Amino acid sequence: MSTAGVDDSKRRFLTLTGVAVGGVGVVGAVRPFLASMAPSERAKALGAPVTMDISKLEDGQLLISTWRGSPVWVVRRTPEMLDNLAKVETHLRDPDSVEDQQPAYAKNESRALKPEVLVMVGRCTHLGCSPTFRPDHPASDLGADWLGGFFCPCHGSKFDLAGRVYKGVPAPLNMVIPPYRYLDDNTIVIGEDTEVA
Amino acid sequence: MGIVANPHKTTGFLGWIDDRFPLTKMWKDHVAEYYAPKNFNFWYYFGSLAMLVLVNQLVTGIFLAMHYKPDAAQAFASVEYIMRDVPFGDLLRYLHSTGASAFFIVVYLHMYRGLMYGSYRKPRELIWIFGCMIYLALMAEAFCGYVLPWGQMSYWGAQVIISLFGAIPVVGPDLVIWVQGDYVPSDATLNRLFSFHVIALPFVLVGLVVAHLMALHEVGSNNPDGIEIKENKDENGVPLDGIGFHPYYTVKDIFGVSVFLAVFLSIVFFLPEAGGYFLEKPNFTEANPAVTPTHIAPVWYFTPFYAMLRAVPDKLMGVIVMFSAVLILFVVPWLDRSKVKSIRYKGMLSRIALAVFAVNFIVLAWLGLEAPSEGKTLAARIGTVIYFLFFILMPVYSKMESTKPVPSRVTS
Repeated sequence: MSTAGVDDSKRRFLTLTGVAVGGVGVVGAVRPFLASMAPSERAKALGAPVTMDISKLEDGQLLISTWRGSPVWVVRRTPEMLDNLAKVETHLRDPDSVEDQQPAYAKNESRALKPEVLVMVGRCTHLGCSPTFRPDHPASDLGADWLGGFFCPCHGSKFDLAGRVYKGVPAPLNMVIPPYRYLDDNTIVIGEDTEVA
Repeated sequence: MGIVANPHKTTGFLGWIDDRFPLTKMWKDHVAEYYAPKNFNFWYYFGSLAMLVLVNQLVTGIFLAMHYKPDAAQAFASVEYIMRDVPFGDLLRYLHSTGASAFFIVVYLHMYRGLMYGSYRKPRELIWIFGCMIYLALMAEAFCGYVLPWGQMSYWGAQVIISLFGAIPVVGPDLVIWVQGDYVPSDATLNRLFSFHVIALPFVLVGLVVAHLMALHEVGSNNPDGIEIKENKDENGVPLDGIGFHPYYTVKDIFGVSVFLAVFLSIVFFLPEAGGYFLEKPNFTEANPAVTPTHIAPVWYFTPFYAMLRAVPDKLMGVIVMFSAVLILFVVPWLDRSKVKSIRYKGMLSRIALAVFAVNFIVLAWLGLEAPSEGKTLAARIGTVIYFLFFILMPVYSKMESTKPVPSRVTS
C-alpha cells in the first residue's frame, strides 16, 4: 500500500479527535451500568427517613417507630433520669461513647441532640434482640445499683438510659443512635443527619 | 507473511481442518511437543489439579443454577430444595461446596511450590502476576458464592465484608450503599452477588487461567532445580532435560488426579461439612437481619487475612493491612534478589524464612477462626508482623546469604 501523499498531521489530528470523542462516548456508556447498581426507587422508598411526632410523648415514656426494618425508640427522659446517667458511669464499658455507635452530634453524655429526648435503635448489640425498657428502680431482678435503663431478656445485657452498655454483660458495644434531626420541637426525622453548623 | 496454514503438512480430513484451523499446531505446541523439565516432583501436581477443580466448579455450578433461586425470600429454601428434592442435588451441592475448599487447598499448595522453587523469577514474572490475579478473582468468587445460600453466616459474612468498604474515608458509606444496592444487605445484594458469581467472575477467572497458561507456555516451566532447560538443547532444538507434556506428564497428572479424587470424593461422600470448616454451622439457619450469630468467622481459606484485619485496632488501617497482605504477593518477583531460584540452592536464611512464613500462615488461619481474646489478638499481631517481614526483608536476606552452586543440568 502506498503511503505517498499522506498528510501525517491531518491523520494524527483525526486519530486523536476520534479517540477523544470515542472516550467521551465510553464514559457516557459506562454511566448507566454503574448507576443501575445504586439503590432502586423501591429500595429508596423502603429505606426513606421516618417522621415521628413526639408532641404527645409524656415524661418517662417510650415511643416506638420502625426505620429500615429496625425498631427506633424515642424516650422523653425526666431530669432524674438524666441525673442518674452520671451516677452509673463507673459500671459502664464505654461511658464516653468512644466506639463509633452514634453520629458525631450524639457523642455526649446523654447521647442525644436534646438531652431530654433519647432517639435510639432498639436492638441489643449482642445478638440483635430488642431489649425491654426498665425505668423502674430499684429493681430486685437487676441488681442493687440499677438506676433504670434497658435490659435484654435474651442474654441479660444491660444498658443505661442513654443505651450505654454495662460491664460484664454479653453485649460488647453501646446501642446504636441513628442519624436524626428535628424538623421542629415536636417532630423528629429519623434517617436524616442534623447539619452540623 | 507471519502465519502459515498447516505447518505440519497433515493430509486427509485432519489436513482439511489444519488448512483452516491450527488444530495439529495447537496440539503439538501445547501438549505433545510442549517440553517440560523431566524432574517435576510431587509439588507439580497442583496446577493441573486446580484446573480439574475449576472444571468441577463450572460444571456443578451450571447444574446448581438450574434449581437455585437468587431471591432473598426463596434462596435458602431453594438450597434445601436442592438438598432434599432434586435428584442427586445434595451430591451436586457437596461437590461444589467441597470443591470451593479444595480449590483453595490446591491453590495454596501451588503458590507455595512457586515460592519454594522461585517460579516467579525472570522470565516468569507475568505467570506469577496472572496467578496472583487468579487468586484475587478466586477470593471474590468464593465470597459471592458463600453468600448465595442466604444462611446466617452468608448474611453476616456479607455484612462484615461489604462494610469494609465503609472504612474508606469520605466515599466509604456511599460506596457501601452502592455495592449493596440498598441500605442494608438485602435481596438486591444477593441478586447482584449471584450475577457476579455465575457470570462476571467465572469469565474473568477462565480468561486469567488462559493468560496464566499462555505465559507459561511462552517461557516454559520452571523446575525444582530452578534452572533453564532451554539452555541445553539437542540438534532438533528439543531441551535435553525436557520431556513431552504428553504422554509423560498427562499420565503423571492422571495419577495425581486419581489420588486427589479418592480424597476429595471421600470428603464429599462422608464428611461434606468437614466438621463446620467447609460448611459453617450457622449457615444452616436462614439469614435473619435481626439476629447476629454469636461468633462470625469466615470460611477457613479467608481466615489468615481475617486474623490480620482483626489484629489492627483501627478499622481503616485493618482493611489496608488485609488488602496489602494479598497485594504484596504481586511484587515478590522483584523482592527476591537471590542469585539462584530454587530453595535447594538458596542459603539457610531463605529456608528459615520460608518455613517460618508457612507455619505462621497456618497459625494465622487458626487465629482467624477463633473468637478474639487478648492473648490471641497479640498472637495475631505478631503473626501479621511476621507475614509482612517475610516479604519486606526478602531483598535483604535473599541477597546477603551465600548460595550453593547450581548444576547446569537438572538433577533427578
